[in-house]
Amino acid sequence: MTAVSERQQLQYIAGQAADARVNVELETEGMTLNLGPQHPATHGTLRIIVRLDGEQVVSADPVMGYMHRGYEKLVEVRTYPQVTTLINRIDWLSSFCNEVPFILAAEKLMDVEAPPRAQWIRTILFELGRVSNIGLFLGEMGLQLGAMTAAFYAFRDREFVLNQIEAVTGGRFHPNFDRIGGLKDDLPKGWIDETKRVMKRMREFCVEMEDLLVGNEIFQARMRGIGVIPAEVGLSYGLSGANIRASGVDWDIRRDSKLSPLPYDQLDWHVWTHPDGDSFARYWVRLQETVEATKIVDQLLDGLPSGPIMAKVPRIIKVPEGEAYVETENPLGAMGYYIVSKGDLGPFRVKIRSASFNNVSITPWVLRGVYVPDVITILASLYFILGDIDR
Amino acid sequence: MSSADTETTETAPEPTDDLRAGVLAAFESELGDAVVASHLKPNDDLWIRVSAVAWHTTAELAKHKFGFSWFDYLSAIDWMPSPFGRYEDAEVDTPLAEKLNQPYDLETGVAGGDTRFQLLARVVDVRNRHVGVHLKSDVPDDTMTMPTWTKVYAGADWHERETWEMYGITFEGHPELRHLYLPTEFEGFPLRKDYPLLPRVVKPWPGIVDVEPMPGEEPGEDEETEAEGEA
Amino acid sequence: MTFAIELAYWQQTIVKSIAVLICVLLPAGAFVNLFLFKMSSFMQSRLGPMEAGPHGQLQLLAEVGKSFQKEDLVPTKADEKLFKLAPYLIVASVLLVYVVVPFGPDAYFTNIDVGIFYALAVSSISVIGVLIAGWASANKYSLLGGLRAAGQLIAYELPMVLAVVGVVIQAGTMNLQGIVGAQANGEIFGFGALGNPYILTQFFGFLIFLVAAQAELTQTPFDMPVAESEIVAGYMTEYSGLRFLLFFIAEFASVGAFGALAATMFLGGWYLPGLDLDANYMNVLGPLILFTKIIVIAGIIFFVRFTYPRFREDQLQKVAWTVLIPLSLVNIFATATLKVVF
Repeated sequence: MTAVSERQQLQYIAGQAADARVNVELETEGMTLNLGPQHPATHGTLRIIVRLDGEQVVSADPVMGYMHRGYEKLVEVRTYPQVTTLINRIDWLSSFCNEVPFILAAEKLMDVEAPPRAQWIRTILFELGRVSNIGLFLGEMGLQLGAMTAAFYAFRDREFVLNQIEAVTGGRFHPNFDRIGGLKDDLPKGWIDETKRVMKRMREFCVEMEDLLVGNEIFQARMRGIGVIPAEVGLSYGLSGANIRASGVDWDIRRDSKLSPLPYDQLDWHVWTHPDGDSFARYWVRLQETVEATKIVDQLLDGLPSGPIMAKVPRIIKVPEGEAYVETENPLGAMGYYIVSKGDLGPFRVKIRSASFNNVSITPWVLRGVYVPDVITILASLYFILGDIDR
Repeated sequence: MSSADTETTETAPEPTDDLRAGVLAAFESELGDAVVASHLKPNDDLWIRVSAVAWHTTAELAKHKFGFSWFDYLSAIDWMPSPFGRYEDAEVDTPLAEKLNQPYDLETGVAGGDTRFQLLARVVDVRNRHVGVHLKSDVPDDTMTMPTWTKVYAGADWHERETWEMYGITFEGHPELRHLYLPTEFEGFPLRKDYPLLPRVVKPWPGIVDVEPMPGEEPGEDEETEAEGEA
Repeated sequence: MTFAIELAYWQQTIVKSIAVLICVLLPAGAFVNLFLFKMSSFMQSRLGPMEAGPHGQLQLLAEVGKSFQKEDLVPTKADEKLFKLAPYLIVASVLLVYVVVPFGPDAYFTNIDVGIFYALAVSSISVIGVLIAGWASANKYSLLGGLRAAGQLIAYELPMVLAVVGVVIQAGTMNLQGIVGAQANGEIFGFGALGNPYILTQFFGFLIFLVAAQAELTQTPFDMPVAESEIVAGYMTEYSGLRFLLFFIAEFASVGAFGALAATMFLGGWYLPGLDLDANYMNVLGPLILFTKIIVIAGIIFFVRFTYPRFREDQLQKVAWTVLIPLSLVNIFATATLKVVF
């Protein structure tokens, strides 16, 4: 099955090489185009300095740091509960998902385990964050290609998920809900039934996206064979999440990491991969993942155990000395926190491994020789959030 | 661990982790003396500290021989305790020049360490065994130079640039070591512990200590309110 | 031109000038209001402008007023004369197309024998305007947009012309009034009550014309020159205020112009079956009928615009040269054969 992508890849490269020969004979001078930092296509303040030859990219160099907030320095002066407020804002489309690996790492160091009900609700909110984040991607990919209608549908249907998150945590965007040892509050009454309805609606939304975009010939012509990333290259750059699964690597931290106390092993779900590794594959994998996430939420809601929502933790949280690293499968990829603790009220050093940082580091490699419109397509299909790159 | 029951002589056995023990053994057999220390937390994680000269070889072994094909991250840890504390006592924790060169006790973490800076990297075998290994290495204090990983793991490019600009560790063999996040003219290495957090220096953070007691409270009840945290 | 009242020639000229301005502005305004503000909003499950006037009907006035009072900006490095000239060129080319469209048996600006030929030729002047705008803006994005536009507009001229040739063969004349007459008087296999609107017999020609028109108007899926998410606004990036408004009006007015041409050639123009071809009241009713047909065609164009993603430049050219042109040649061949046979 990888033969399809290889052939496409070779054809594509041969096509670019043929064009490049013609351009060299005409001796056109390269033009340097600055994509961003204010640009409708880059989601946020990413700047890419692109050297063009006609409409083909000779070299691409992302310049980032426009949103660098210095989190790794800021957390050194904060206590653990205060850190949670900060790290909410790394990936702001699925904020709850940022807190989870940090809290799990701190719990690992404290040797505290949150009660099962808290773990299940954590997973529900985690998957809801995934649905809302990737649901937006599905519509917004169309926007990057020119079909703006799809983006509006995504925003409309995402509102329902955000309403559910707000009903539990009180915040649509930055819930700040996870605590070491459990969660802040329990679920409100009637939330479970409403969420099931919302999940059904999101599944219909995904079907709508499939009808509108996936089958569209123009969409396919713009996405197939564009930005092919072979699995080995992707792995050595550290791509994660749907990006690497779209290159054929069957790896999902939720299923493969046996360390996580989250209850994924008690559920019946499927990991989606695609052999091609092009932009269309990345879109398709994310589409399937969204549907899968809605089914996971349904199963979690059905099997939710009762019990306390918070374990016994002291009032003033002091994490014992040690180092721990927890990585989870966030919507954007693999996100992890390496906590170095010296027994203080706050961490000594936290290394935040954010998914988009590695995902975007592949752009100089993948953007060589593509056309300017394809630059937009590839960037959009890699799907990054600026807060995730710049931390 | 062992129960108070005097009749049984068994203690709860230390859980064995054959997978990680095997990884550790493989590294030790290939690198020999270069493996300075290691720490294995069963069913949790594995840390291996290698010597600085073997840093590149370790990467090659990990990727080509042991199958750790996925590059997670590469960063550094500065083990010097912060001379400014947590910026909580404005009188004490000001960044006076005298404070910066005081001697301190170097307490390093898991798998030990001998120098102030340590490189920390993680690679994972995602295809077969689903296991990851943390690799640490002491950065020599005098040269602050380490070999680069970019020839083995292409993704290390940006991580090494970030480590250089934040800590000042040069990577030998890196194609273009320039600023990643910070503007080009920036001076200093921000994540080092002796680089002060300037906003806290300029203005004391109101979240630490109540400068004014809550109505109805007396001053001296700060401890309670601080312990409440921001939860 | 026969009027109920006698006007001197200079008075007729003034009336015609005002009429052509109304001709351009009325469709532009109607389309912006109806399709851009409301239809696209409803398609995208939002309401659109609601504040200005009842249900936002006065938004158009607000937009025009806003554009008028904006600062007159010319970028420092831009070629000032060319920069200022470009929007007027494009508006002029649209005005010139309306001049040959017949609105009624006697309601036309001029009745040229090579009407459709003239209309297609004159609509190509806008390419020059676009190129000038792209170059004179001294902005790399505009240059990219302008070059893309030049390639695209020239490429899609051919399928449009070839699609029209089929109509001309069937009607036997290039005169637009004559084409309307031929559709009114024609018969389909002897059944004459409905006339012979060429959409039925020239269905493929109609489709090719619509696709080519979509490209000529730089609407999605052919809006590479103005690809919003890539090159901000293409050749229009540096324009603001009144000049941008001119570009805008030109864009929507040209939708009306091509819609008028399509309605005249394929849908029967100002004539509806059952009405008298020569009566004087048709001079009043004809424009209304034509306007309705223009709205239908513009509706199709805008519906496609808000639904589809956009083609890449080379895919666009491939579609034009390898798909549309051969199809239109086959169409001509078939039309000519059938015309001789039947």
